[in-house]
Amino acid sequence: MHEWALAESVIKTVLRIVDEKGIRKVTEIKIKIGEMQQLEYEVFREALVQLKPVELKDAEFIIEVAETEFKCRTCGLKWLFPKKELGEDVLEAIHFLPEVSHAYLKCPRCGSPDFEITGGRGVWIESISGVEKNG
Amino acid sequence: MVDPRISVIDDRVRKVGRIIAVSSGKGGVGKSLLASTLALILAGKGYSTGLFDLDFTSPSTHVILGLKETRPLEDRGIIPPVVHGLKYMTIIYYSGGRATPLRGIDFSNAFIELLSVTDWGELDFLILDMPPGIGDATLDVIRLMRKPGFLIVTTPSPLAFETVKKLIGMLRELDIPIVGVVENMKTGFSNIQQEYRKLNVKFLGEIPYDPAVEENLGNVDRLLKTVFAKEAEKLLEHLTG
Repeated sequence: MHEWALAESVIKTVLRIVDEKGIRKVTEIKIKIGEMQQLEYEVFREALVQLKPVELKDAEFIIEVAETEFKCRTCGLKWLFPKKELGEDVLEAIHFLPEVSHAYLKCPRCGSPDFEITGGRGVWIESISGVEKNG
Repeated sequence: MVDPRISVIDDRVRKVGRIIAVSSGKGGVGKSLLASTLALILAGKGYSTGLFDLDFTSPSTHVILGLKETRPLEDRGIIPPVVHGLKYMTIIYYSGGRATPLRGIDFSNAFIELLSVTDWGELDFLILDMPPGIGDATLDVIRLMRKPGFLIVTTPSPLAFETVKKLIGMLRELDIPIVGVVENMKTGFSNIQQEYRKLNVKFLGEIPYDPAVEENLGNVDRLLKTVFAKEAEKLLEHLTG
């Protein structure tokens, strides 16, 4: 499951930020996962819990799914990820590599493949809450 | 908002001995052929070797290798399939050969995604087939990958020299190692070798134009018997030494 690889990157990055910012006790880590990547929510959460090191023992993971939005660079139309219109193979390809959406999706108005993924692409750390060392 | 993926890129290539970016300022000089052939020769000599096609918008190594229907395995990441003895990654697994137009930000995102989830395991060599020029792929390889060495492909054409000169200049300024320059598609006399020597770049050798290569695309066994492959093999001392 490549959810594990992404979870590992989250943990490693959180540890780096905690160190840089001098956070003593992390209480909450808010993570967003883009709808188009279709991560298996439970697998991803389980991976985070399993990989959680002692430095983050008090941290709660809040995982939210963010809606994927596209904007056509040619005609300006904005639209949402058309999950129901895509076959299983295409969804799986986009799950692994969201950018291949440019191979399968077109602007619904002008047909251009030149669009931006303006929101809800992959995995990102939205916020880390905790107590700072001097706090 | 923090992108977590970059933090694990080093881990994914930690057990890779040498990363070689087969690169050029110019398109159509034989980068993909040389990258694939060198990777195959290295694997044939017992070096554990990976090949990563970074030409996401115009990939071609899958044609050279005669790739059959296959996809990477998932095991806490992505495990590249072994193709003709190479651990091989290409966007083709996911794009299915459809046109995949990508702007710079999309290229970077795709590259970071694949770097952060692909587990190359232990490798002696990871060969990168670069797209031409000094654009997104070159900048991202320099930014994201640990100590790549650039093997630069050129042709006798002054047009190729003009673009390769810029690539060399940029790599020099950034203090990125250059393995050397290979002159491909050599026909008759050219003094391009002297020009590269003036730039103080190691000239690794020349490979004659070999029409047999085109006839043997997709057939690895026959490709490795071409004059092109035999000459490419002579470059190995610069990679393994």
